[in-house]
Amino acid sequence: MTATLTPELKNGSAGRTLLPELDRLASRSTMPALLIEDVSKRFVVGRKRKPVTAISHVSMRLERGDIHGILGANGSGKSTLIRLISGLLTLDEGRLEVFGHDIERDEMAVKRLINRVSVDAAFFKKLSPMENLLFAARLYGLDGGKAKRDTLEILARLGISAKRVGRPIEQMSRGMQQKVSIARALLTSPALLLLDEPTTGLDPRSKLDVQSFIEELRSTHDATIVLTTHDLAEAERLCGRITILNDGRVVAEDTPEGLMTLTGKRLGRRATLEDVFMTYTGRSLDDDVDEDEAESED
Amino acid sequence: MTVVAHELKASYAFIERNFFLTRRYWGWELAFLVYSVAGALSISLIGADQGSPTLLLTLMVGAIFWNYLSVVFSWIAETISVERWEGTLEYTMMAPIRRSSQLLGSVLYAMVYGLVHTTVILIALILFFPQVDLSGADPVTAVAFMLLGSFSFVGIGMIAAILPLLYVERGAQMTFVLQSCLLLVSGVYYSVDILPGWMQVLSHLSPATYVLHGVRAGLIDGAPVSAVLGDVWPLIVMGAVLIPFGLWAFGRAERYAKRTGKLKRVG
Ligand SMILES: Nc1ncnc2c1ncn2[C@@H]1O[C@H](COP(=O)(O)OP(=O)(O)OP(=O)(O)O)[C@@H](O)[C@H]1O
Ligand SMILES: [Mg+2]
Repeated sequence: MTATLTPELKNGSAGRTLLPELDRLASRSTMPALLIEDVSKRFVVGRKRKPVTAISHVSMRLERGDIHGILGANGSGKSTLIRLISGLLTLDEGRLEVFGHDIERDEMAVKRLINRVSVDAAFFKKLSPMENLLFAARLYGLDGGKAKRDTLEILARLGISAKRVGRPIEQMSRGMQQKVSIARALLTSPALLLLDEPTTGLDPRSKLDVQSFIEELRSTHDATIVLTTHDLAEAERLCGRITILNDGRVVAEDTPEGLMTLTGKRLGRRATLEDVFMTYTGRSLDDDVDEDEAESED
Repeated sequence: MTVVAHELKASYAFIERNFFLTRRYWGWELAFLVYSVAGALSISLIGADQGSPTLLLTLMVGAIFWNYLSVVFSWIAETISVERWEGTLEYTMMAPIRRSSQLLGSVLYAMVYGLVHTTVILIALILFFPQVDLSGADPVTAVAFMLLGSFSFVGIGMIAAILPLLYVERGAQMTFVLQSCLLLVSGVYYSVDILPGWMQVLSHLSPATYVLHGVRAGLIDGAPVSAVLGDVWPLIVMGAVLIPFGLWAFGRAERYAKRTGKLKRVG
């Protein structure tokens, strides 16, 4: 849906096909696709309870076309960060910009540029994939006829046949529902796509389908992607850079290779991404944990 | 694409989706319709049993118009709770649309649905009670009050819709209680004069009281709208106050839900 893209983006993507590297360099010096600066979020659960710090002073910068991975243990704040970028949670502190639009001041503009796939495929279960996606498309101002054609095309690309799109979604398996959920996000051609564990629960082949689709998206649609996952092979395959969160704080950020080299030096052997994950999210970082507790005291 | 066209498209999204839902749940729709017709009939039969044409007509009007108002109220009030139930709320809240467009879509669908539903009941009652004489009635008054009533019920419905944003589970329960209380104090089947004094105060705050009073005046006494202006202006004032207030409160509630993390259910 080019109509919703800002002029800078449209010009940018046209230029990109001619001189990809130059354009990339130019955009690197100007406007990031996503800018997160010193963002924090706390939740108060129940009355008079100590607030839970879900995200603490996180900063991040994504250039257009990046696929940026976020790794971390359960409860480390990955989904909270995705929700903050989606505007589903307000920031307690810090600043967040999507293609130069501030999320607080320019909410509508940001909303037009993003879409999200969450780990649970939330749909009107009695409605068909087509009915659900038509609703989603109209919310983003897409024309009904075009939405129907695109839906069929994207679902076919993800391996869901046309004869299933008219039947209630509750009759589909979880993995198939997840693919429809991915299709819902792609339908609106988001410039920034937020994927919160998109391949969790998919069979190995479907996983590969979705992964190659994500790669294709970046190259053909010029999309910028934030991806959280517990599948380290997936992170290694797709992500240009990876941020590791632990208890809501960034404990490492680098390219997959960079992270592995660094961890390898620490461990004194060749490290895999799993080693990286264990090193940064385990209890081995005692000093970090102490610091965190000291912080939450005051 | 102009802003207005974009927003109307968004409103249409909700109308179409609600229509899809009604179509998929047609079994429930039918069951609900049978239940409403049976309910309206049994109450009206009390009037027939007493051999009083006026009582019969009073009860019929109460049953039919309360049905309309409560159907409109429910559709609007459930805008949020339905999505929370299905888990789609976060997706709808993320979409680049104004809340007013979303609510407008819900309201329009609610009114059309309410009209269809109520017409079926009306036809069933007219067929069942051929003795009812409406020759002296003023239908214009009835229609005018139905429209005016929708206006203010939309405001109440919006405020009720906010509750599930604030209270994850209790919200839907509160909506239900609110609706029951409106039924009790609005003189749907009896004159509000017989209620205890403190309840009569509440009667004056319920738009349904004025709608039913006005409709009865039109259908039973054949009064033109100009004869019941005393029931018209409270409805206009309530609509004019409640709708903007509802929109404002909705925005506040959304902000609160986003601050405290109340939109999420899973994930
Ligand atoms: N809406 C909410 N209300 C209260 N607390 C919340 C809410 N959302 C998240 N939290 C808390 O914030 C912390 C981070 O949760 P989050 O869902 O972001 O983790 P995650 O990294 O996505 O975990 P997972 O890998 O299990 O998906 C947890 O302690 C969680 O309990
Ligand atoms: Mg999560």
